[in-house]
Amino acid sequence: MSDFIDLVLLAMLALTGLRIIFLKDLFAVVMLFGIYSFLTALIFINLDAVDVAFTEAAVGAGISSVLMLGTLALTGREEKESSHSSILPLIVVFITGAALIYGTLDMEPFGNPDNPIHKHVAPRYIEDSPKEIGLPNMVTSVLASYRGFDTLGEVVVVFAALIAVLSLLGVPKEGQEKAPASGLKSHQVLRVVAKLIISPIILFALYVQFHGDFGPGGGFQAGVIAAAALILYALVFGLPNAVAVIGPRFLKFMAAAGVLLYASVGFFSMYKGGNFLDYNKLAADPVAGQHYGILIIELGVGITVFAVMLNIYYAFGNQVERSNIQ
Amino acid sequence: MNFILDHYNYWIVVFLMMTGFYIVITANNLVKKIVGLNVFQTSVFILYISEAKVSGGTAPIVTEGATLYSNPLPHVLILTAIVVGVAVTAVGLALIVRIKRAYGTVEENEFKKMDDAI
Repeated sequence: MSDFIDLVLLAMLALTGLRIIFLKDLFAVVMLFGIYSFLTALIFINLDAVDVAFTEAAVGAGISSVLMLGTLALTGREEKESSHSSILPLIVVFITGAALIYGTLDMEPFGNPDNPIHKHVAPRYIEDSPKEIGLPNMVTSVLASYRGFDTLGEVVVVFAALIAVLSLLGVPKEGQEKAPASGLKSHQVLRVVAKLIISPIILFALYVQFHGDFGPGGGFQAGVIAAAALILYALVFGLPNAVAVIGPRFLKFMAAAGVLLYASVGFFSMYKGGNFLDYNKLAADPVAGQHYGILIIELGVGITVFAVMLNIYYAFGNQVERSNIQ
Repeated sequence: MNFILDHYNYWIVVFLMMTGFYIVITANNLVKKIVGLNVFQTSVFILYISEAKVSGGTAPIVTEGATLYSNPLPHVLILTAIVVGVAVTAVGLALIVRIKRAYGTVEENEFKKMDDAI
């Protein structure tokens, strides 16, 4: 049954991808991309990657689509006719595709437990991580503990992306006069529904943040979901109102604080006599130490991702509002 | 039939990758190019997650009665890659906004013409 679902979903994904090529209306392209992301999330669930599916649904279908729509509001929604000839690209794509398909013939059969990928380090993660780390969710154990260096690097990349976006688009000013057409004043249904669901979304984000050790979830997903709640608020009630709740200057501080919180756990474990990010030294009992360490660094990840996503949205939203005034 | 089922995921991945590639090289509009890059990126994610799947296994969260788990390592790599991906997409879109402000267009052939005129 699972194989059948896989067949159907992947076929739907291929059709969606194919449709994106031929559409000239970019608004429709972005909407199709949202559908594409949701289908990908479903495929990830079917392939047992629940944490990844969670992230893809929140990030790909949520934040990516909103940012692309924000860009379209500034650049226009129609793609003009291309002056390229389409024959040469088609040949290039077919040759590359044929070479890759030829390559897949040597790949291990899908789902076989004896594939080399399952023989190297994975058995150790699966067998020992519940005892060594004491968490049922192996993905969180690997993410936060075994590959803690890696995750620190990723968080720094996300932070650097915020700096890049802000240096390109500028920081929105706080307390500026309200734009006349800000928010959706005439949509009463949207306003009521948004008010009803924003607080449950934030509550859910906190649940995902702190339950990530035991079930699917963690700092990355929680940060994105919490940012989505405030983006919804900004979309329906206007950017100035959202900026009044959490300002961009405070968010910049938060984004840096999350990275610092993560790194300081590493330095604290060095101070305690261990290696960088060696959580075993954080408490007398190594398993308890692991638990403290993972809780704190996941919090750092959550704070940074939340602040970065929301601040990037503010930067785009501010551009749109400015172009509306002019 | 088994041969097809064993490789079906990889073939779809190649198809999606080539779809994204085609959009990137033929699209005239920069926003559409970014969508193409994202399609390409997602195909790589699906490749990794397909590799991690073990037939008959369950999600890598310890539960009573489960003995076979899918491989958690690719899940971790892709989870972080998705978040980094959206951050990088945001930088790309910010560049597009600046290009629009500088040239008044985001169609590749139009601002290329302006550059050539200089």
